[in-house]
Amino acid sequence: MAAYPDDLHYTKDHEWIRVSGDTGAIGITDFAQEQLGDVVHVQLPHVGEKFDAHATFGEVESVKTFSELYTPVSGEVIEINEALADAPELVNTSPYGDGWMVKIKLSDPGQVDSLLSASEYEDFVESQKEE
Amino acid sequence: MIKKATTHVNQNEGLIFERSRPGRVGYKLPALDVEAEPIDSLIDSKLLRDGDLAGLPEVSEVDVIRHFTRISTWNYAVDFGMYPLGSCTMKYNPKLNERVARMEGFAASHPYTPDEFAQGNLELLKELEDALAEITGLAAVSLQPAAGAQGEMTGLMVIRKCLESRGAARKLVLIPDSAHGTNPASAAICGYQVKTIKSNANGAIDLENLRQVVNEDVAALMLTNPSTLGMFEENIEEVCRIVHDAGGFVYMDGANMNALVGVTRPGDMGADVIHLNLHKTFSTPHGGGGPGAGPIAVTKELEPFLPFPRIIEEKNHKGERVLRLEYNRPQSIGRVRAFHGNYAVLVRALCYIVTLGPDGLREATETAVLNANYIAHHLKDVYEVAFDGQPMHEVILNDKRQQKTGVHTLDIAKRLIDYGFHPMTVYFPLVVPGAMMIEPTESEGREELDLFIDAMKSIAREAEADPELVKQAPHNTRIGRLDEAAAARKPALRWKPAKTSSAAGRE
Repeated sequence: MAAYPDDLHYTKDHEWIRVSGDTGAIGITDFAQEQLGDVVHVQLPHVGEKFDAHATFGEVESVKTFSELYTPVSGEVIEINEALADAPELVNTSPYGDGWMVKIKLSDPGQVDSLLSASEYEDFVESQKEE
Repeated sequence: MIKKATTHVNQNEGLIFERSRPGRVGYKLPALDVEAEPIDSLIDSKLLRDGDLAGLPEVSEVDVIRHFTRISTWNYAVDFGMYPLGSCTMKYNPKLNERVARMEGFAASHPYTPDEFAQGNLELLKELEDALAEITGLAAVSLQPAAGAQGEMTGLMVIRKCLESRGAARKLVLIPDSAHGTNPASAAICGYQVKTIKSNANGAIDLENLRQVVNEDVAALMLTNPSTLGMFEENIEEVCRIVHDAGGFVYMDGANMNALVGVTRPGDMGADVIHLNLHKTFSTPHGGGGPGAGPIAVTKELEPFLPFPRIIEEKNHKGERVLRLEYNRPQSIGRVRAFHGNYAVLVRALCYIVTLGPDGLREATETAVLNANYIAHHLKDVYEVAFDGQPMHEVILNDKRQQKTGVHTLDIAKRLIDYGFHPMTVYFPLVVPGAMMIEPTESEGREELDLFIDAMKSIAREAEADPELVKQAPHNTRIGRLDEAAAARKPALRWKPAKTSSAAGRE
């Protein structure tokens, strides 16, 4: 069973963001890592790059597929998870913890309100499964 | 344990490095007839390597021959059995093609032979260009690109050059989400931004969505027809009209031409450029079997921008028709490949076209579509079909029903190896979760198709009754399930000399 922690905000593209103050950590959800299978490479942006909401900020490659990463909200990258370069499997083993991808400084914290809550995201995932 | 004199067919083979014995050689040199000189008196010692070559295998000729001959028998090939790798069109490569490609006039002619002494070679290129122009319904063909992806790049460069001649190269290339990954890569290399357009519920292009995104920034739409979902794009004429009305071009990916040859033509549908994978549709060797070839066909408007040299017909001083390579093409994008493309591949493709003739090509297409539908018909009650509607030359199943017992597409593909088949394409196209893409091609007779169908049905039963059997497959191979994640995350890319055990460097 996929996990849906309550303290996160989610997108329909299966990213999450953990907001604290005006910064947020971004990663992909447990459901997303399950669907991808074993992650073998994560391509991340550079610190200082600025992204609009829903922009492609990186790529994740697994043994069976390849997927783009989208920003839940707009902001500037202030830190990337360097550990993923040598240990991409962290995305599988700890999607909400050590498998985080980038931290951004939010340019418009109000955008977070438009994201899905844990229960809304869970409903969305279930509706996708039934299709 | 019994030690066998020869390697058993099921026995694994070690690395050639492990066969090494100090001092063993595979050559015998004649006695020196000059004074021996120390090597550092001839070559500056700075340039000499100091022992870091240690570990290179020291073996005899027979060691080498047996090692590589044994390994060579492990290949699975279309000459052994069905190769249902969807989107790849792994059809049988007729041996007549090989015979013709080895004829001295083709195989031994030098690429620098002056045109007047290479008329036969040029004639072959001209005939193939004409045949491919007729098959695609387009005005002109360049045989230069060495493979499909290079054909894509060449085609987009031609489009870009034409747009520049009109005033502006534009910015965007539209690509459906079901496309081959090479399409966005080619567009990006040609300096275009890629905009993905979503397919509708039937896997076709959503016309309303297309109308909204097409504007004067769009250089081209790249699409595959039939799409990578194996479905014919029924609105293709309208799709082309929408793009053309905005001044853009339609690039058709010819990967799936095996569903169209002799029946309908991309040029008639409105495509401006198409590349053809001769190694798919026209039966030339595929993948490791040799280079491919990715000729492009274009409209009259785009012809001046094709790569040079072009083959042109003219009269010599005696008034006879001769062929000549023309390099003076001021609007051309330039060269994309040395000499005449992958010439020996082009010989095989023309051989195939001439052998079958127009009726034979059409029959091959019809048989390819029939075979895919035969498989779809017999498997649709056991596996879920990804899309409703009539598949063309390939069919896409998914693993939804098998997932209930924890069996996934990858497991089904691995188990298929135990039944003696090459696996189908898995997890592509990306828009279908757990996709299994099966393309039998026209090469297979009904008996082979039935064997495949029986194998797939049997695996579906196993997935219910004994899921572990499928999840741990393959069982009948020299090596069992490989750890693909570890291989991708921590690849062992080269052998390293053993320090303690002879197996060092192997993971």
